[in-house]
Amino acid sequence: MLGKRNGSETLLPENAWRLFHAFQGSTSVLKVHNEAIRSASTSARFPMNSSAVISAENLTKTYGDLVAVNAISFEVTAGESFGLLGPNGAGKSTTMKMIGGVTQRTSGRLSILGLDPESNGPEVRAHLGVVPQQDNLDEELKVRDNLLVYGRYFGLPMSYLRPKADELLAFAQLTDKATSRVDALSGGMKRRLTIARSLINEPRILLLDEPTTGLDPQARHTLWDRLFRLKEQGVTLILTTHYMDEAEQLCDRLIVVDKGRIMAEGTPASLIRQYSTREVLELRFGSERNSSIASHLEGIGERLEVLPDRVLVYSYDGEESLEQVSARGLRPLTSLVRRSTLEDVFLRLTGRSLVD
Amino acid sequence: MSETGRSIQRAHSPAVSAAKARRWGSLYYAEHWLRVLAKYGWSVFLYSVAQPVAYLLAMGVGLASLVDANGSAAFGGVGYLAFVAPALVVSAAVMTASGEFSYPVMDGFKWRRVYYGPHASPLAPEQIATGHILACGLRILLQSLAYFAIVVMFGAAPGPWGWLTAVVGTVSGLAFGLPLMAYAASLTKDSGQFALVQRFIVVPLFLFSGTFFPLDSLPLAVRWIGWISPVWHGTELGRVFSYGMEESPLLTLAHVVFLIVATVAGWILTRRRFVVRMGA
Repeated sequence: MLGKRNGSETLLPENAWRLFHAFQGSTSVLKVHNEAIRSASTSARFPMNSSAVISAENLTKTYGDLVAVNAISFEVTAGESFGLLGPNGAGKSTTMKMIGGVTQRTSGRLSILGLDPESNGPEVRAHLGVVPQQDNLDEELKVRDNLLVYGRYFGLPMSYLRPKADELLAFAQLTDKATSRVDALSGGMKRRLTIARSLINEPRILLLDEPTTGLDPQARHTLWDRLFRLKEQGVTLILTTHYMDEAEQLCDRLIVVDKGRIMAEGTPASLIRQYSTREVLELRFGSERNSSIASHLEGIGERLEVLPDRVLVYSYDGEESLEQVSARGLRPLTSLVRRSTLEDVFLRLTGRSLVD
Repeated sequence: MSETGRSIQRAHSPAVSAAKARRWGSLYYAEHWLRVLAKYGWSVFLYSVAQPVAYLLAMGVGLASLVDANGSAAFGGVGYLAFVAPALVVSAAVMTASGEFSYPVMDGFKWRRVYYGPHASPLAPEQIATGHILACGLRILLQSLAYFAIVVMFGAAPGPWGWLTAVVGTVSGLAFGLPLMAYAASLTKDSGQFALVQRFIVVPLFLFSGTFFPLDSLPLAVRWIGWISPVWHGTELGRVFSYGMEESPLLTLAHVVFLIVATVAGWILTRRRFVVRMGA
């Protein structure tokens, strides 16, 4: 709700105003109020885009000698769907944990709705919905009870939680599982329940860490559909993924991350335009011959990429390139013309595949 | 209000959530824990009743009739059942604590990772630790009260302050359980440590803490086990309350101090371990 009102003023004075009126007379709240005001003055020193709900500057996290996240900077605006695309170990989850206020940064600046998650962890986390990489539902409780119990962490009353839990179960297409045990659910259902759980406090920002990893294609599409609905409702989505199709489906804008650094930033289409050609011709000559034949392909298309199992010819017209291959008397075992994807962008940027 | 249109109430603002969590977070997590415990209500209840009945029958009807035939001088002038009952209440509390503060901690951090759900909410790691402790402490208190009620039915608690034995039992459980919880929170894998704790710490403490016979009747070589045992300190304190056992007030004070220091130290260490493990 805060994020949607992007007037000229920053978000915090309004936040502080709400606090003040909601809690006059309560001492513990006055403390929060003061903290909000202090943070507001902090954000005045670091002016940011008035509609940015998340802003990171030179965000860094090191574990001993390992630099997990290396001075990355980005901003996410309200209602945007923002992705972190990269292979395992790129630093995506660490970044998400810092945003979620559960891991403290080593250096740099981070602001969530004008609040610093290090000093205002509970205040930041109260704004968020979090879908972790590994499910951590309480398997000893029934499906619906998982939502109720989670809502209590936000101090929400049962009079609110009972109807809200039913509404969210319907949204997650789990109404008929309400009284089932969690361990009776499929992987896709557990993910949907975790998403329903993350929405119990009506967050305007949802953090999703690898939301569809390990799910079958049908379950992934169901999940994408639900996430798309949330996006339509104006929820800001921040998700990490190593699936380029997921990033293309869900992200308005994304950063490509590798080894803790941002390699590129843009919309999926702009990244493909910038770092790849419109089409790709995939040729397989058999694993023995791919690299030896590559030299005979010089000059076809814009660029060649030789992988162990296939040769990729980046071209603005794949069919035409395939004709040129045939004209040189080369006979691939299989050939395929496809559109460029973010996978190609990643390959171009890092020389490696996303999933391996 | 709920007939038409906006039948669904809105959530209160995030700022309200955060303020409530800062103040009541430990209780919110304790509530979660108690809801899970309620699922096992019957087995918890039966355990709390069947175990005392079995022990009191064995000790009261069986062993006590033999022991009491030799006179009660060795047990400070009370019947054997009255002597042994506070020890049984305290031992049962310590045994329950050794279960509640070991494997479930591993479950929270590693196996089913249930601590990490609340960790993403406004709750802080130390509140998750304290919530776990509050819920299990309540469970141990209820169990000890039930145990004591059965002791009363067996006529084994003559004094008016006997009910304090249940409180002493609970604190003894925490005095043993919280240092164990701090240890459990520092383990990254269970390669049998908890089973070793059960066999080589809990059982010896049960046997050599003046439970079935006065600690003085043991040789010094093993008597020290009692001195460092929350079971002994709790048992002796329970005897003072239950039947007015003769003891130097200084020693009684020492029992109280020992139990409270162990509980508070265990609690502080546990909170610290949780913060380190979840906040890095």
